Amino acid sequence: MTSPVLDVERVSKAFGSVQALHEVSLSIRGGETLCIIGENGAGKSTLMKLLAGVHQPDSGTLRIDGVAVRLPSPRAALDAGIALIHQELNLCDNLTVAGAVFLGRELRCGPFLLRAEMDRRARTAILRTGLDVAPDALVASLSIGQRQLLEIARALERNARVLILDEPTSSLTDAETQRLYAVVRELKALGTAIVWITHRMAEVLQMADRVVALRDGKNAGEIAGRDATHERMVAMMVGRTIEARSKNRRSAGEPVLTVSGLRTSAWPQAVVDLEVRGGEIVAIAGLLGSGRSELLRAMFGADRAAAGMVACGGVRLSAHGIPCAVAAGLVLVPEDRKQQGLVLGMSVRENLSLPTLRRRGVFVDAAYERDLCARSVSELGIATPNGEQAVHALSGGNQQKVAIGKWLAASPRALLLDEPTRGVDVSARAEIYARIESLAERGLAVLFVSSELPEVIALADRCLVMHEGRIVGQLSGDQMTEDAILRLCTGAAVA
Amino acid sequence: MKKILGIAGLLTAVFVVTSLLAQQSDGSNTFLTAYNLENLLQRIGMYGVLSIAAAFVIVTGGIDLSIGSVVCVAGCTLPHLVVTAGCPAWAALPLVLLLSSLIGLWHGVLVVFVRLQPFVVTLCGLLLYRGLMRKFTNDATEGFGSQFDDLRWIATGRIPLTESFGLPVAFLVMSVVAVVASVFFRRTVWGRHLFALGRNEEAARFSGVATGRLTVLAYMVCSLLAGLAGCLFVLDVNSARASDFGSFYELYAIAGAVLGGVALRGGEGSVLGVVLGAALMRVLAMAINIVADSNQLEFAIVGAVILAGAAADEGVRRLWKRRRS
Repeated sequence: MTSPVLDVERVSKAFGSVQALHEVSLSIRGGETLCIIGENGAGKSTLMKLLAGVHQPDSGTLRIDGVAVRLPSPRAALDAGIALIHQELNLCDNLTVAGAVFLGRELRCGPFLLRAEMDRRARTAILRTGLDVAPDALVASLSIGQRQLLEIARALERNARVLILDEPTSSLTDAETQRLYAVVRELKALGTAIVWITHRMAEVLQMADRVVALRDGKNAGEIAGRDATHERMVAMMVGRTIEARSKNRRSAGEPVLTVSGLRTSAWPQAVVDLEVRGGEIVAIAGLLGSGRSELLRAMFGADRAAAGMVACGGVRLSAHGIPCAVAAGLVLVPEDRKQQGLVLGMSVRENLSLPTLRRRGVFVDAAYERDLCARSVSELGIATPNGEQAVHALSGGNQQKVAIGKWLAASPRALLLDEPTRGVDVSARAEIYARIESLAERGLAVLFVSSELPEVIALADRCLVMHEGRIVGQLSGDQMTEDAILRLCTGAAVA
Repeated sequence: MKKILGIAGLLTAVFVVTSLLAQQSDGSNTFLTAYNLENLLQRIGMYGVLSIAAAFVIVTGGIDLSIGSVVCVAGCTLPHLVVTAGCPAWAALPLVLLLSSLIGLWHGVLVVFVRLQPFVVTLCGLLLYRGLMRKFTNDATEGFGSQFDDLRWIATGRIPLTESFGLPVAFLVMSVVAVVASVFFRRTVWGRHLFALGRNEEAARFSGVATGRLTVLAYMVCSLLAGLAGCLFVLDVNSARASDFGSFYELYAIAGAVLGGVALRGGEGSVLGVVLGAALMRVLAMAINIVADSNQLEFAIVGAVILAGAAADEGVRRLWKRRRS
């Protein structure tokens, strides 16, 4: 075997009193894919930022080809051949493709840009990633998946020898994911070292030559890719085995949520009808862009629906405004937690009371607020020092608990959830599933959108599949398999 | 809270330094006179109302550049109504305030429902209302002459506390406005909602907050208070010419609010801070007049102080962050 390209030796990093990394070691060879797994807060991102020159380690050594190096800046890391493809893509979308590839190190002659030369070289780089766009296309016109490939092209142009991908598929469609897999495999064959950070077990099983787990900032185990199983990886990440959940059977009651003839502005040609009974958990599956989120938003009144009727608990939502939906007991936990679900700068207490404060009169009812906050924090198990903590300081899982918890005081009859566990770690996930199930047991109608098929299968009584704005199929009970759902998602004919 | 202490400290420092500089060799002091202090409080009252007005809109994450022109509209309309049109004083004042809040309603509707940028809407307002007032008054000077002293008492009156010192009524007016605004911000649900939408409008909307209506309300309150301040100004100086009355006042208003800790990105600030900010601006203006015996440097010094304040604020914030991390 070849000697390692990159060695990380007993690296530690602390932020204030928080020890983010404690003597973490790993090494990676050229032509190898190393998957790094771990819960949120396990130290994955910090480790990547050390490698990419964003932070400096407090102690420990980084070696490239056996030579100890310091990476004082992202630029130094790039020059050393390490490229980080960020989770949130760092592209200025007013640039052209070639402009983005060469951003920060434009080819020039004196003060003038050598556009033709840059276009030519950018074309070569993007062709290697299999991306089919012109160098003068605007980044804004690219899909998320194409932008991901563009980022990789950018790294290729810099002759990166180590490519770090941070949650690369979190916003890709299935086809785009397959494309990314192919490109990465090709790069690997050419000798590039790949570091792949992910939450998704399926990805690890597909891609990994080796798996390294981090837990609480420390090495928590390493296994070869061929030995990796779902259970073993979860056990490494969590430090214990999480039992598979058994699905409780609930009896469905009267229809609570009725949608008829709804057309969203995203898919004005497609008519949606659906019904969710009290005590029922219904999933909506579908590819990115199939109109799932738009449907939920139109039902909630966040977007104006082009046509149609939504009723909750027998009350027709006439004005289609959010206050009207909330008054009828229809609430939404949106997909974008940081932008739509929570006011990040405000405290846990203020976020939890925001939707229901008005019902308690003109003046802020401080006693009610404190009481609500204490109750929600203990009921939902929100890990926070106190109610005055700003929400942005909480972990993803705890933020999501607040985003769900703020609606519980509004005594909803129907709960809409859009990607309820995005960016939430394994153990908080289990708690959120349990919470959703207990709400359904209390008689709520639950309708959720999820891109994670295991989640759909584990949680839902029934699954609706959307394709191009329409509900193209419905599966329930044992019919719900990943295979069957995927076939419907991609628009294959209904069996 | 830290911010308020900072601005209060700065206010005290400027006050003390000015007093020391104004100390004359014969033991008298040209700054610390009852007359000056009365004057100072009166001006803090009038400009304080303006800064509170600006705070309402800035808290939503917006901006109102038309405050000075609304001051002009109110300042020219009030004397016109009572003197030329013969409208009784008890009706004229509410009419002017109604007109002002209608201007705010118009701004709010353009910002919320037509979705124009607050900067553009109110910049155009700034030009529009002043231009219209100049045409409407034909650039004539509007004033009360020697009449309506009872009405002018609202701005010029003093409530005697000691033999030589009386509390200016204008300061009292501002205090009432400040208390009401503070209760609104801190204790009412609408205040909470206003701060929430200032931080993140989308999240507030997704929580069922009627963000549109609240934003319109904020613009209305802003223009209403600007109109009130305009009335106070004209009642004080007794004459208003549309070509210059209230020019630049939007900048005093915004500067006072920002100096007092209202964040331009929205969702942050307190009324007490705003009042202190406005007070600091007035103390500075007066200090420059007394110490330098001219107001040529006023703008420069005010600009320098705000810049220093913003830099110090940022420095302290970073220091804290570093200490915590």
